[in-house]
Amino acid sequence: MSDVKFQPGDAVVVAERFPRHHHRVPTYVKGRRGVVERLCGIFGNPETLAHQGDGKPAQPLYRVRFTMDHLWAGREESPDDTIEVEIYEHWLEAAQ
Amino acid sequence: MSNEQHRGYHDLAGLEAGPVDQTEHNPAHWEKQVDAMLTLLSDEKRGLMRVDELRRGIETLGPDAYEKLGYYERWIESIRMIMVERGVVSEDEITARIAALQQAAP
Amino acid sequence: MSADNKHGHDHDHSHPHPFQPDDDAGAPSEHMLLVRALRELLIEKDVYTADEERRTIERMDARSPAGGAKMVARAWVDPAYRKRLLEDGRAAAEELGVEVGPTKLIVVENTPSLHNVIVCTLCSCYPRWVLGLPPAWYKARAYRARVVVEPRAVLAEFGTELPQTTEIRVHDSTADMRYMVLPRQPEGTQGWSEEDLAAHVSRDAMIGVSLPDTPKATP
Repeated sequence: MSDVKFQPGDAVVVAERFPRHHHRVPTYVKGRRGVVERLCGIFGNPETLAHQGDGKPAQPLYRVRFTMDHLWAGREESPDDTIEVEIYEHWLEAAQ
Repeated sequence: MSNEQHRGYHDLAGLEAGPVDQTEHNPAHWEKQVDAMLTLLSDEKRGLMRVDELRRGIETLGPDAYEKLGYYERWIESIRMIMVERGVVSEDEITARIAALQQAAP
Repeated sequence: MSADNKHGHDHDHSHPHPFQPDDDAGAPSEHMLLVRALRELLIEKDVYTADEERRTIERMDARSPAGGAKMVARAWVDPAYRKRLLEDGRAAAEELGVEVGPTKLIVVENTPSLHNVIVCTLCSCYPRWVLGLPPAWYKARAYRARVVVEPRAVLAEFGTELPQTTEIRVHDSTADMRYMVLPRQPEGTQGWSEEDLAAHVSRDAMIGVSLPDTPKATP
């Protein structure tokens, strides 16, 4: 089991990867910056579970909060509205 | 935006779309049977399929199928794919049974 | 894709969607035949029994928004329960006898300055154990595509408007957690019984596209 890398309040950036296999990171957050809201728990990795793998190593799963103006620059209705998305640790890096 | 070219066809956030159709839909019996099929296949007793595989299967049907098929139609196509992949049933068995059912239908 | 007996089935089309007849009531579609074939094969191979299928469907049919509504009503009358509900949705559901199964439930609270809305943009993840089956629109393209970009426009289609001073927070269920909204208690319902309060909590209010009905003023 991996150590938990992030704490609530940490600024993170979502990796900009485009794997062909099943993964649960929507395009709209890839490469985007957000803030960790909470650790949800440690769960099996869907990227291998979806392909008859065992989901190991299990990954910490975080809720990450983004602002609408950051995600949709120019399209957003209210810049301070937010979106929270669950993202596995192996998709997150500390923001600089 | 360069990321857009990599978007899976199931990954809908941010795409253009019309108004939300709020019509209620009571599931047909066959749709409930599909739902139950997944529940049973993926339960602890059987462990023959995971929800992750159902999703992966749906994401593999192709953009046309995703667009044209109904919700539980996508499910049954995905379940079919995964059951054949896992060797629980064969494609030949499925096609033979469909043909037999078509023969028997009035 | 070969021709069906019925047209391709996309829940986004604008014409009314009639109740789907059972396959006994007319020529079965290509996919109904596939379901029948797969089901028969799985039963013949002892993967499951028709009885297990029947009981699974019965349990599915028994689930409805009533479970979620019960939790909301209790949270409205009991601040300590509200706190427990927001900390651990699963345990709080079980406290009231609401079965959660394997669901990892997070309950998010609406306040005067914050309104929550739930979606699964990648598929249709939904807290089925506490709310029953999701509505067709929740699973379809328009909602999934638009609610994360323009939640206020989508909410307006449901007749819901919030002031600009209220933050809208959209929760995209991309992984293992499932979400339910704890709406604000409507004006004029202080002192009501939990049963009466629960009756005012709709599925759509617990998804976040609607607000609970405000009771009409007594004359």
